Amino acid sequence: MVEQSRFGNLFAYAVLGLGIFVVAFPVYLCFVGSTHEQSIIANGQMPLTPGPLFFETYYKALFIGTSGTTREPVWRMLVNSATMAAIIAVGKIVISILSAYAVVYFKFPFRMAAFWMIFMTLMLPVEVRIYPTFKIVADLNMLDSFAGLTVPLIASATATLFFRQFFMTLPDELIEASKLDGAGPFRFFKDTVLPLSVTNIAALFVILFIYGWNQYLWPLLITTRDDMQTIVIGIKKMIVTADALTEWNVVLATAMLAMLPPVAVVVLMQRWFVKGLVETEK
Amino acid sequence: MAAVDLKDVRKVYAGGVEAVKGVSLSIPDGSFTVLLGPSGCGKSTLLRMIAGLETITSGTIAIGPRVVNDVEPADRDIAMVFQNYALYPHMSVYDNMAYGLRNRGVARDEIERRVAEAAKLLAIDTFLERKPRALSGGQRQRVAMGRAIVREPQAFLFDEPLSNLDAKLRVAMRIEIRKLHNRLKATSIFVTHDQVEAMTLADTVVVMSGGQIEQVGAPTDVYRRPASKFVATFIGSPAMNILPGRVVAPGVVETQGGRLVFDRATYPVTEGQSVDVGVRPEDLDFDAAGDGLSYAHELTEELGATRLFHGLSSGSELVVAIAAAERDRAGERVSALPANVHLFDPASGRTLRA
Repeated sequence: MVEQSRFGNLFAYAVLGLGIFVVAFPVYLCFVGSTHEQSIIANGQMPLTPGPLFFETYYKALFIGTSGTTREPVWRMLVNSATMAAIIAVGKIVISILSAYAVVYFKFPFRMAAFWMIFMTLMLPVEVRIYPTFKIVADLNMLDSFAGLTVPLIASATATLFFRQFFMTLPDELIEASKLDGAGPFRFFKDTVLPLSVTNIAALFVILFIYGWNQYLWPLLITTRDDMQTIVIGIKKMIVTADALTEWNVVLATAMLAMLPPVAVVVLMQRWFVKGLVETEK
Repeated sequence: MAAVDLKDVRKVYAGGVEAVKGVSLSIPDGSFTVLLGPSGCGKSTLLRMIAGLETITSGTIAIGPRVVNDVEPADRDIAMVFQNYALYPHMSVYDNMAYGLRNRGVARDEIERRVAEAAKLLAIDTFLERKPRALSGGQRQRVAMGRAIVREPQAFLFDEPLSNLDAKLRVAMRIEIRKLHNRLKATSIFVTHDQVEAMTLADTVVVMSGGQIEQVGAPTDVYRRPASKFVATFIGSPAMNILPGRVVAPGVVETQGGRLVFDRATYPVTEGQSVDVGVRPEDLDFDAAGDGLSYAHELTEELGATRLFHGLSSGSELVVAIAAAERDRAGERVSALPANVHLFDPASGRTLRA
């Protein structure tokens, strides 16, 4: 602390409080809106205190759905989103830990070329290559499937880079000791590298799960069937162009529900997350 | 246990750097051999070649009767203790020691027996369940040695295992390693740059420099009869004084600062020959008789038991080490017993000993 005076602390708290207010107030408003009748919101007379319809609205959102463009209940969208996010996160981790292991521990021709090619895909997110990727997925009959939703998003330069940097901090003697202990490349990976990477994997899982959960453009293109749509797409589809017809209370309840899983992942894995990014067990 | 035999072993790195330039060495079964030299002399490379962690450019390495040039490290039947111990951080002490045995498919009760035995020998049996992180440096060192012992290998390789310990612990571990060796009688090859470690541990010291062997011999041999100027100045602390000189009479050599008498039987040199004269600081004494080398005192260093006098002998630096109880001030002339005067060839640096 530069300054320990009471005023210094008050000022810091004020700034932090303002920050929290800016972030939290829209969420609060969203929650309030989800507990009132649709007509109240549509009238523009949004109250600032929660209304009486909490259970009704959330029940309708979860198990019935809106009567508008998408009739799927939200639980279905939650399952879809969670499945997609989990496959993307796990897939990215598996692919990138293996490629990083190969790049760091094996000497093969064009090793660095391979690494830089992986690195260059950082510049090619799905939005940039959307037409060719869509064409391939469509030709392979993967539209409206989890494979089509996830596979094009799984390749990950960021995670490969992250694991590579971590592997390079492991002392060389560790692999030499393993060699003398009769462990081949696979055993070294399974018995030494993987256990040492656990906290890193956990941290990466949090980031990648949220990345997968928040996907919008790709699922929008790939899914046409209502029962395949993710919650992020679902919210969008619930909003009808004519404002009065939109069931705003259900939309807001869905938005609240969409926030819960990522928050749960962060809260539950926070300890691991911080550990993985800050310290390493060496 | 087995002997280790090196024949004309060379190591040339991809960049063309020749780290080991043709080393031939026989390490007898059950002996404790120390590879000693300054950093970059190729001693670690040589050890790693024996371990199989570096490829051999040319020459052969045999462990026992078997040439192991193309044998995988795991199949060479050797165990290595690394400088930073290289313990598996996520495994308990027990698992660290058992891992190599499990990979080799040793039976569970046999593993248990061997680990328990080694743990008892090294006094680490009370924390077998702990992770390396929770151990002190000395304890980690013991675990690393335990991991080697349970393997019951043909040879133990040590790669500067004591250099990460503090001075006091280093002395203690040094003694323990030697005791352990006396007990197990296992062929051991130990790499270090610390001459005290080399002198105290070794049956045989191999002094290396620039990728080549300078001298092989017992600790007293390399100290008393150094084969070259390099060995003479590398072994012993403070280093041996070297003064340029010329043989002026049978058994007499003259330096700029004065004359010294040497043993004619040991050094068959001709009169008029240029030589480098070497005398250890601890072999010099201030001479009241007025013979020997001139000495202009500059600085005294107190070491407690001994006192180091730093001065000049006609421009050449000279160090004299004398027991502190014996003398407290420098004299004007120094001399040494003839048996303690060494002569080297100024060009090649080799000893002129017969």
